[in-house]
Amino acid sequence: MSLKLDHVYYTYSEGTAYQMHALKDVSLEIPDGQFVGIIGHTGSGKSTLIQHFNALMKPSSGTVSWNGEDIWGEGYDRRKLRFHVGLVFQYPEYQLFEEDVLTDVKFGPKNQGLSSEEQEARAVEALKLTGVPEDLFKKSPFDLSGGQKRRVAIAGVLAMNPDMLVLDEPTAGLDPKGRDEILDQISSLHEQRGITVVLVSHSMEDVARYVKRLIVMNRGEKAFDDTPENVFDHYLELEQMGLAAPQMTYLMHELRENGLEVDVHADTVEEAEQSILAALGRG
Amino acid sequence: MDKNLTIGQYYPADSVIHKLDPRVKLIGTLLYIISLFLFHTWGYVLGVGFLAVMIILSRVPFLYMLRGVKTIWLILVLTMVFNLFLTQGTILWQAGIFKITYEGLSMAVQLGIRLVALILGASIMTLTTTPNKLTDGMESLFRPLKVVHVPVHEIAMMMSIALRFIPILMEETDKIKKAQMARGADFESGNLITKAKAMVPLLVPLFVSAFRRANDLAMAMEARCYHGGEGRTQMKPLRYESRDYVALAVLLAYFGASIAVHAALGW
Repeated sequence: MSLKLDHVYYTYSEGTAYQMHALKDVSLEIPDGQFVGIIGHTGSGKSTLIQHFNALMKPSSGTVSWNGEDIWGEGYDRRKLRFHVGLVFQYPEYQLFEEDVLTDVKFGPKNQGLSSEEQEARAVEALKLTGVPEDLFKKSPFDLSGGQKRRVAIAGVLAMNPDMLVLDEPTAGLDPKGRDEILDQISSLHEQRGITVVLVSHSMEDVARYVKRLIVMNRGEKAFDDTPENVFDHYLELEQMGLAAPQMTYLMHELRENGLEVDVHADTVEEAEQSILAALGRG
Repeated sequence: MDKNLTIGQYYPADSVIHKLDPRVKLIGTLLYIISLFLFHTWGYVLGVGFLAVMIILSRVPFLYMLRGVKTIWLILVLTMVFNLFLTQGTILWQAGIFKITYEGLSMAVQLGIRLVALILGASIMTLTTTPNKLTDGMESLFRPLKVVHVPVHEIAMMMSIALRFIPILMEETDKIKKAQMARGADFESGNLITKAKAMVPLLVPLFVSAFRRANDLAMAMEARCYHGGEGRTQMKPLRYESRDYVALAVLLAYFGASIAVHAALGW
């Protein structure tokens, strides 16, 4: 169940004076079970890139394949592909439309052609996974709070049981508590179900905490593709792309320059704490 | 999204017509439309010639302008066909119940020219004037109606807001459509009823978002103390320049000539 992009280009208004490359020669492979982060400045092509994952956008040139099959090949069922590669857009709560929460989450499974018992079971499971309390199931989605709506919308994609879950800025506009809860739930979903997760974010802190692999996009090109630790070593280059490494990376580099033997790869507060204590001989 | 919709689409260019005061362009368009209905035969040469000069002066590519005509081609063809076959008079050609008369042919050609010239004339105005200027112009032209309690400023404000929201709502539609497609929605296949039903997941969120945006905008306007047109001044008030007087003179000359050929020569 792997996704592969091979020399993908995407060009807006091709052949006119307004021609613009949104993606330039992007090649990458996402194997089963990875937790990948995609990061980039506004307009770096992140959103364009992920819409190629489930065939919502067609590359101007290059190929996208799922399980080794070209998804733009003749006769390929792209609608079915979207059940395997679940894509959660930014501010997904604006896509809610049904009378109650449960029916809205059932929309995906219903399109898959499942029986109504299965639809119900999938929807209930997805809502539980995203932490939506049961007493909200019969409420109108428009009466919920922002954070709850977000969970319902994510559940709407999860209910399709995708092999790969792609989330575009799932925490945008949420408070720190809501942000941590949603990211923790996504992370546990990855661990328990072994589902592949692609997290698009602009927060280096979030990404550092959860992902094992980090893809950095810059002006439509793939700038880095490595473990977060290795990517953050390039923190000066990241700054030139309008990004920044996590605050801990800066602190650790500064400490080391000032003679304290700390691990510069510590990028979360917990890791930094241990490393500093160890360097001070109190670990 | 319908990229063929030329009416209401501003085409940026640096031309005399672009620089004219919107009020002059509004009056000009009105006079031109009236003149089109005066002509019978050779008068159209005057009308089409005038239009051609305006198109050249506007520096908007002619092919781009023609896209506006595309939207009415069905009406155009139907009117022409009906007039061609259903007008009584001297028969030119006949096959069974179908006949073409001299009068029908003349009528069809005239109506065709009139419709195309009408659309092109009106689109010169919208292509060379930004929506904001257009509503400013209308507000200023219709100001006398305030005496009879027509809320001129409010209507103009509503129009400019509506125009401003068209591209936003188009973008929003695209976004919601993609989000629902990601959940397996199918907007293409099926018969008319299934297709109409498939629109519900698109239309409900679109309406919700339109109302939300309207609410936000109203709030933002109130926060900036907007209270209608009373005593409101403009950042860039409309002022007639010398080129506007020249344009008005040209327009009146054209209109006078149209009436003259109509009344004196019967064209």
